[in-house]
Amino acid sequence: MWFTSFFKLQQQGVVGMNYRNIELIGKYNVRSSYPLVDNKLITKKIAQEVGIAVTELYAKVESQSELKNLHDILLPYENFVIKPNHGSGGKGIIVITHRDGDHFIKASGDVLTLEDLRRHISNTLSGLYSLGGRYDIAIIEKLVVFDPMFKKYSYEGVPDIRIIVYRGYPVMAMMRCPTRSSDGKANLHQGAVGVGIDLKSGKATNAVVRDRPVLKHPDTGYDFSDLQIPHWEEILNIASLSYDMTGLGYLGADIVFDKNMGPLLLELNARPGLAIQIANDKGLKSRIKFVDEQKLTHTAKERVDFSMNNISLI
Amino acid sequence: MMSSRFQLLFIVFFLTISGLSLAFYKVVYLDVPLIPHQKRSLFAITASIELQKNDNPIVVSMSLPQPQDGMQIVSSEVDSGDFGYTVSHENNIYRATWAKRELENNSKIFYKTILLADSFYKAPIEEVSVAANKLKEDQIGLWEESEQSAAKLLLDYVHSHSADDVTFVAQLITLFNSKQPMEAVNTLLQIKGETKISLISALMKHENIVFRKLRGIELIDGQKDRKLITMLKVKSDDKWYLYSLKDAQISKPDNFFVWHDGNSPLLITKGEAKAKLRFSVTETKVSATKIAKNMIKEANAEFLDFSLYTLPSLQQNAFKQILLVPIGALIVVIMRILIGIRTMGTFMPILFSLAFIQTTLISGILMFVVIIGIGLFVRGYLSRLRLLLVARISAVIIVVIAIMSIMSIVSYKLGLEDVLKITFFPMIILAWTIERMSILWEEEGSHEALIQGGGSLIIAVIAYFAMDNVMVRYITFNFPELLLVILALIILIGRYTGYRLSELIRFVPLGK
Repeated sequence: MWFTSFFKLQQQGVVGMNYRNIELIGKYNVRSSYPLVDNKLITKKIAQEVGIAVTELYAKVESQSELKNLHDILLPYENFVIKPNHGSGGKGIIVITHRDGDHFIKASGDVLTLEDLRRHISNTLSGLYSLGGRYDIAIIEKLVVFDPMFKKYSYEGVPDIRIIVYRGYPVMAMMRCPTRSSDGKANLHQGAVGVGIDLKSGKATNAVVRDRPVLKHPDTGYDFSDLQIPHWEEILNIASLSYDMTGLGYLGADIVFDKNMGPLLLELNARPGLAIQIANDKGLKSRIKFVDEQKLTHTAKERVDFSMNNISLI
Repeated sequence: MMSSRFQLLFIVFFLTISGLSLAFYKVVYLDVPLIPHQKRSLFAITASIELQKNDNPIVVSMSLPQPQDGMQIVSSEVDSGDFGYTVSHENNIYRATWAKRELENNSKIFYKTILLADSFYKAPIEEVSVAANKLKEDQIGLWEESEQSAAKLLLDYVHSHSADDVTFVAQLITLFNSKQPMEAVNTLLQIKGETKISLISALMKHENIVFRKLRGIELIDGQKDRKLITMLKVKSDDKWYLYSLKDAQISKPDNFFVWHDGNSPLLITKGEAKAKLRFSVTETKVSATKIAKNMIKEANAEFLDFSLYTLPSLQQNAFKQILLVPIGALIVVIMRILIGIRTMGTFMPILFSLAFIQTTLISGILMFVVIIGIGLFVRGYLSRLRLLLVARISAVIIVVIAIMSIMSIVSYKLGLEDVLKITFFPMIILAWTIERMSILWEEEGSHEALIQGGGSLIIAVIAYFAMDNVMVRYITFNFPELLLVILALIILIGRYTGYRLSELIRFVPLGK
């Protein structure tokens, strides 16, 4: 069947967009806290304050006039990532893996000139990629060197781990693996693989591409059943702490795994999507209801334990 | 403290009830029709009095019609020429009187009454006093002896062939209408100056039957130069029975308008004036709204001082458009929240559907696709020039305007007038749409760009059909209070936490 019924989705406890918008985001996410997650510079700052490791900030470009110096700004770095400070959904991100003379080589192998980068940053500053089209800042970050064990599950990009944190409790997790059709981006609706991760063990449970189940990575051909995310508890801990630092009740924490640095908080999202349910082959609602029954006075550590031992069973 | 859910339901309930009851009030008490183009008949009855020239002073008076059940008098006009014109009111009968010292030429006087046929209309009751019903003294005594005996013979026959006044009159009329009339009837009809109606009246008077003459006309379009039809109303046991002179007893025909009710003469002339009274009827179909509007004005219904009809017509037309926007908004809300169609820009589709209303659908869509297509192409080139965002969008706006101008000129030369309405497209929105679509194209690929572009277009088309609908246009403008109901509906949908239709497809793997 190419469609299902209201009743079945209800039975499976699937959270729909309208439910998410009204009952989760509308109820638990205070608007005044949004800048904490929408502004990546602020996110970095407050994350570091609570001791969460983040991707290293190389530089930021705040005005068009600074673009003259772009060459000097980039000079020390062999590889880097350019992002809009207020970006969303992976828009406007350029990943430079290495240089070739005066040229910059993207993860996909495309060659860019300094002028191309200047134009891209100029667009970013004028708000092309920012939420609501307002003026923005471009940030230049260190490129994450991902652990070779993820190499099998990624095509040209960095896989990241998305954890949904509901009122401080990690309630669902997935890994997003870039594919050829997602253009190296860890973006599910562009065709990245969503791999459901068991909250207790950090092992893969299920995988989907474009909302439909798969067993293997479409480009690398590796079976996801062998996937085990290292330092799982530490990752959950970062996710849980990000609730304490933002106060947002429905939060998506995006975490990458750097070969040298370990888990790093990449960004936070106040409006995380619902595809994670398909990746996990499980509805969110029963877990949300379960959290609602808990007292919310626990520390991040206690919440992570609770998630691993209790929520994971639901 | 009320829970927010209860508050919401209360507001929704309150809005719905107030919207619906205001509309109900207007429909039932102010007679604003619910359906557009509901035509009502207006009948214009013109009485013309033809007067022959006369050297002596001349006075003509005619009784004037009164409103009656089912027939409302909207207005009346008089064209008196150079006669003096006065209206008198005596014994509840209105009479118009025309007077002139000397009439040099044959002339005509016109009196026109405009009637609205409205089956719910109840006329104010004004009983015509008995005095008005007085007929001249028993005339039979003035007739010749042979005629008197014929009358007696006839009355005896009718008397024995009837049981009461009601059947008596019926029998009398039947005898006069008989194809082979009795000898007595023929004798009476030959009396000079007597007609069927005057004879029947005289005979009834002689029998002391209480009766009244009704004179009126059938409301049939195109009647010209007619005399009024006379009917008789006979009182028996406190009830009035109606007779036509053709069919004996009848019930009142729906389209019979009584011009004069009573035994007093319809037309009275003094002096040596010779007058001929004739009637004509024309029917015009008028939209019921227009009538209601006039009624409201006349009734001075304070409540309707808030009606949009009180605005100048330019603003009225603007509001006709503006009041459609909530319908479009409702469509967007339904499409996005209940169906789950992705669009570019939340309300962009409404703006396009408003444009489509002006341009007609097919040409509108074609223009939309052409402009967006060319715009995307040009935007693609502009992006190579490495412009800043604001400058680029401004450039796209100018390109859009250029495309629109060229399309207009070319199509005008080709004789395609439709395309001229291209100016109704919102240029700025077009430019932004082009910009967003091209970014979407670059960022997310052609698939997503086409899905969102197509989604916007589909919603625009659906909104177009919802808005460019005679019924919807009519209802929104005439019952703006129903906006409250739409508001309630939108609030209600705004709290819908169930699945979108599109999610039934998206979440298929979960719905086992």
